[in-house]
Amino acid sequence: MVDGLIGIKVGMTQVFAEDGTVVPVTVIRTGPCVVVQKKVREKDGYDAVQLGLVEFVRPGRVGKPRTGHFKKAGVPPCRVMREFACDEAEDALKVGDQILVGQVFQAKDKVDVIGTSKGKGFAGMVKRHNFGGGGASHGSMFHRAPGSIGASAFPSRVLPGMRAAGHMGSERVTAQNLSVVRIQDQENLLLVKGAVPGRNGGYVLVKKT
Amino acid sequence: MNLIQSVDNSQMRANFPSLRAGDTVRVHVKIKEGDKYRIQVFEGVVVARKRAGISSTFTVRKVSFGYGIERIFPLHSPIIDKLEVVKSGKVRRARLYYLRGRRGKAARLKEVGRVDRASENAPSQE
Repeated sequence: MVDGLIGIKVGMTQVFAEDGTVVPVTVIRTGPCVVVQKKVREKDGYDAVQLGLVEFVRPGRVGKPRTGHFKKAGVPPCRVMREFACDEAEDALKVGDQILVGQVFQAKDKVDVIGTSKGKGFAGMVKRHNFGGGGASHGSMFHRAPGSIGASAFPSRVLPGMRAAGHMGSERVTAQNLSVVRIQDQENLLLVKGAVPGRNGGYVLVKKT
Repeated sequence: MNLIQSVDNSQMRANFPSLRAGDTVRVHVKIKEGDKYRIQVFEGVVVARKRAGISSTFTVRKVSFGYGIERIFPLHSPIIDKLEVVKSGKVRRARLYYLRGRRGKAARLKEVGRVDRASENAPSQE
């Protein structure tokens, strides 16, 4: 079986443990996924399965080459497809097979969740690199500026890797080692403890740690 | 938001009496000792109720050996075994934080006849 699935971040809420402890959880609608293609060593140079997330796709949104790709597999069109490494010896999965959350994950599993973080635009040092910044008042003329970025005549340049303002967010982020709190099979929901990168409704990849 | 609600609804407690600020309640709390549960009763006045879906809470205040104790309970927490409303006080605001500054006779609330709130909110226990 594959070690991960594609999902959509639904949002956060809380769950009660048996002893009354409140556990913050992120709800992820994970799957159902379908096997769209199998990559084999002889042909592709590596072994993997290409999974697609089953969701509603407007018919006009799929181009002709893709339509053919899905038709060949005998699966409904998907917007998101990802490859997951898979042993060759394990032929249990066939093209067109559907995979559900319960088949891959169990409660108390540890998972990594990969998503695209929320974009913050062009961010300054305080937000982007956690600089302290200066005083706001009392005649302070140093508010959120970066401060010194190096010496003068020597080396006469800014050293590479100097932290500076710039674009922040909208990048691939992995939240590692989150524990699976619960699985709701009927709604294909996976509840992981803690926060997960990205906005609600964003695509995420859930993989076993 | 529907999917979030389906997660929340699965944990919501349906059978609790409607609570209001000013009510005197007896909260039967499950306390874990080793692998056994024991019930402890916390009796006091509801001074606040926070309405926030599954994370709703209520605050119960009592005076114990001269010290004011406030305990915040998550309304849907499984540690609450039973919740009884003993009496209802007449209050004119939703949060009774002014009780903190009062002690003894000044901290009393005038009792009002028990309103039948079963129809007003969730069905009461039993």
